[in-house]
Amino acid sequence: MSQTTTTRPAAPAPADRRPPARPRTVDRPRRAVGVFTYVWLVLLAVVLLFPVLMTVVGGFLPEGQLVRQPPALVGGEYSLDNYLAAWQQTVVPLLPAFTNSLFVGGLIMLGHLVTSCLAAYAIVFVRMPLRKPIFWLFMATIMVPYEAIVVPNALFIRSMGLEDSQWSLVLPFLANGFGVFLMRQAFRQFPEELHHAALIDGCGHLRFLFTIVLPSTRPALTALAVWSFLQGWNMYFWPLIISSSNNSMNTLQTAVFALKNNGNGTQQALVLAGVTITLIPTLLLVIFGQRWLVRGFMAGAVK
Amino acid sequence: MNTVEKSPVGGLPAGPPRRRRRLSPREVALGVLFCVPAVAGLATFVIFPLFQAIFLSTRGTDINGNPTRSVGTKNFAALFTPEFGTVLMHTLLFTLFVVAVGLVLPLAIAVPLSQRLPGMRVFRTLFTLPFAYSASAASVVWLLMLDPSMSPVNWVLKLVGVDAPGWTTEAPWPLITVAWATVWVVAGFNLLVLSAGLTSIDTEVLEAARIDGATGFRHFFSVVLPMISPNVFFVVVTTTLTALQALGQVQVMTDGGPNGSTTTLVFSIFHNAFEYGNNDYGLASAQGLVLLIVGIVLAAVQFGVIERRVHYR
Repeated sequence: MSQTTTTRPAAPAPADRRPPARPRTVDRPRRAVGVFTYVWLVLLAVVLLFPVLMTVVGGFLPEGQLVRQPPALVGGEYSLDNYLAAWQQTVVPLLPAFTNSLFVGGLIMLGHLVTSCLAAYAIVFVRMPLRKPIFWLFMATIMVPYEAIVVPNALFIRSMGLEDSQWSLVLPFLANGFGVFLMRQAFRQFPEELHHAALIDGCGHLRFLFTIVLPSTRPALTALAVWSFLQGWNMYFWPLIISSSNNSMNTLQTAVFALKNNGNGTQQALVLAGVTITLIPTLLLVIFGQRWLVRGFMAGAVK
Repeated sequence: MNTVEKSPVGGLPAGPPRRRRRLSPREVALGVLFCVPAVAGLATFVIFPLFQAIFLSTRGTDINGNPTRSVGTKNFAALFTPEFGTVLMHTLLFTLFVVAVGLVLPLAIAVPLSQRLPGMRVFRTLFTLPFAYSASAASVVWLLMLDPSMSPVNWVLKLVGVDAPGWTTEAPWPLITVAWATVWVVAGFNLLVLSAGLTSIDTEVLEAARIDGATGFRHFFSVVLPMISPNVFFVVVTTTLTALQALGQVQVMTDGGPNGSTTTLVFSIFHNAFEYGNNDYGLASAQGLVLLIVGIVLAAVQFGVIERRVHYR
C-alpha cells in the first residue's frame, strides 16, 4: 500500500462522528430523497434478511408450519422442541460438535494472537538481520490459497496418525501470515521515540512488549481476535475432510450439513435449530465486534 | 506493497545512541525466538506442503489410497482437456458473479446508509448479519429458501406470475444460485468496509463538489467513488480470494452438479482427492497448483493494474 500520509487512527466508528450541527444540504438529504432511501433500504432488508429471520424463527416452529408455501413465521405456536430434538438425536451428535467448534475457534484465535504478536514484534522492534526477508516470507504465505495445499496437509496429518485427534482440526492453522501483517501494521504506528526512551531506561524487550506495546494496540488485537475466531468457528473445508471418516470429529459446521443430509428433507425445522446454534457466537461477534473488525482491518489494509 | 518500509530503530532521524549501533547477540536471539512459532507453523503447513504438492502432482494413487510411483506428466495432461477447461470456465463465471454483485450490492446499500438520517446505524448492523453465516450454514438456509416445498422466493415469483425455475437443477441457475449464496455472505462484510470508507470522506469535499454542481450519478462516480477507491480495491481483492476458494456452497447445495455444471476449481480438487473415496491425490495436487497460479496472476493483475488507479489519501 503506497501511502505517504501519516497514519491517523482508522475511520472513527461510523455515525458517532457528528460535526457541530449546521443545517447544510450535505448533512441532511431532502425529504423526497429521505423517503426513497427508507423504501429502498426496507425493500433490500426484506430480501436479504428474510433468510436470517427464517433461520432464527424457523427453529422454533413445528415442521408443518415451516414447510409450507410460504413458511408461516408469524402466528402459530413456538416451542423449543426442535432444539431439544436436535440436541438429543444421536445420528449426528451435536454436543461433541459444539465442543469441537469451541476448541477450534478458541485455539485458532489464541494461536493467531500469540504467533502473530511475537513475529510482528520481532519484525518491527528487534534489531536483527533478515527482518525484511522474513516479513516477505510471511506475506508470501498469504498468497497461497489453502485449497492448493490441502492434499499434502491431509496426507501429512494422516501419516502422523492424528486424524482421530481434535488437534488435527487446528494444527495447520495456528500461525497465519495475515495476522502477522495486521499486527505489524499496528506496531509500526507506535511512536519511535517512546520505544527508544523505554530501551534507554533499561526496559527489556519482553517488558516493553507486554506492558507498553500490547496494551496500546488493543484495537488491532481485538480485530485479530474477532477475525480469527470467526475464521476458526466458520471453517468448513478442512473439518469436512478430517471428519469424513469419524463422526466425533465433526464441528458444528459439518454437523449441520450432516443433519441436513440425514433428514432427507423431513426435518427442516430441526436443521434450522441446528443452524441457529452455530450462529449464536458469530451473530454476537458480528453485531458487537464489527466496529473492531473495521477499525483493525482498515488501519492495516486500506490506509 | 510497502514502500515506506523503515525500521523504527534504524530510521530515527536523530541517529541512534552509540551503544545500539551493533547487533547484540542477545537481541538477535530474542528476535529469532519470537519468529520461531510463526515460521515453524507456516513452514510446516504452508511452505513445505507447497513443495509436496509439486511432488504429489506427478504421482498416481494405489488401491489403498496412498501415493504411488511417478506417473510422469499424466496429471498435467489431464489439465489440458475440455473437461478441465469447463471447470476453469465455471470458476471464472462464479468469481465474476460473486465479485461484481458482491461489490455493487453492498455499494447500493452503503451509499444510502451514509446519509444523515435516523436509524441508519440499525440498518447497517442488520445488513451485516449474513456475514455471521458459515459457508455450510448459508448454503443450508438458502437451500430451504429455494426448496420447492416451502420456498418464499418461489411464492413471491408466483404472486407476480413467474414460474420459478429449478434453482439447483436447471441450467443456468445452479451456478447462479451457488454464487448468490456466496454473495449473500460476503456482502455483509463488504458493506462494513465500504461504509467505513464513506463515513470517512471529508464533508468539505462533498460540499465543494456540490457547489461546483456535481449531482446524482456524476457526483457519485467522479467524487464519491474515487474517494473510497482504497476500500473498493480492498473489497475486490478479498472478494476475489473468497470466491476462488468457495467450497462449502458448492458441496452443500449442488455437490458440483447437475452434470458438473457447478464444478469449480476448488470443488474439483475436493472431489478428486476426498469425495466418494476417489483418492486421486495426484490430479488434485496438480489442480491445486493451477489454483495457486490463478490466485497469483489475479493478485498481480489487481495490484499491478488496478491499484494504480486507487487514490490513497
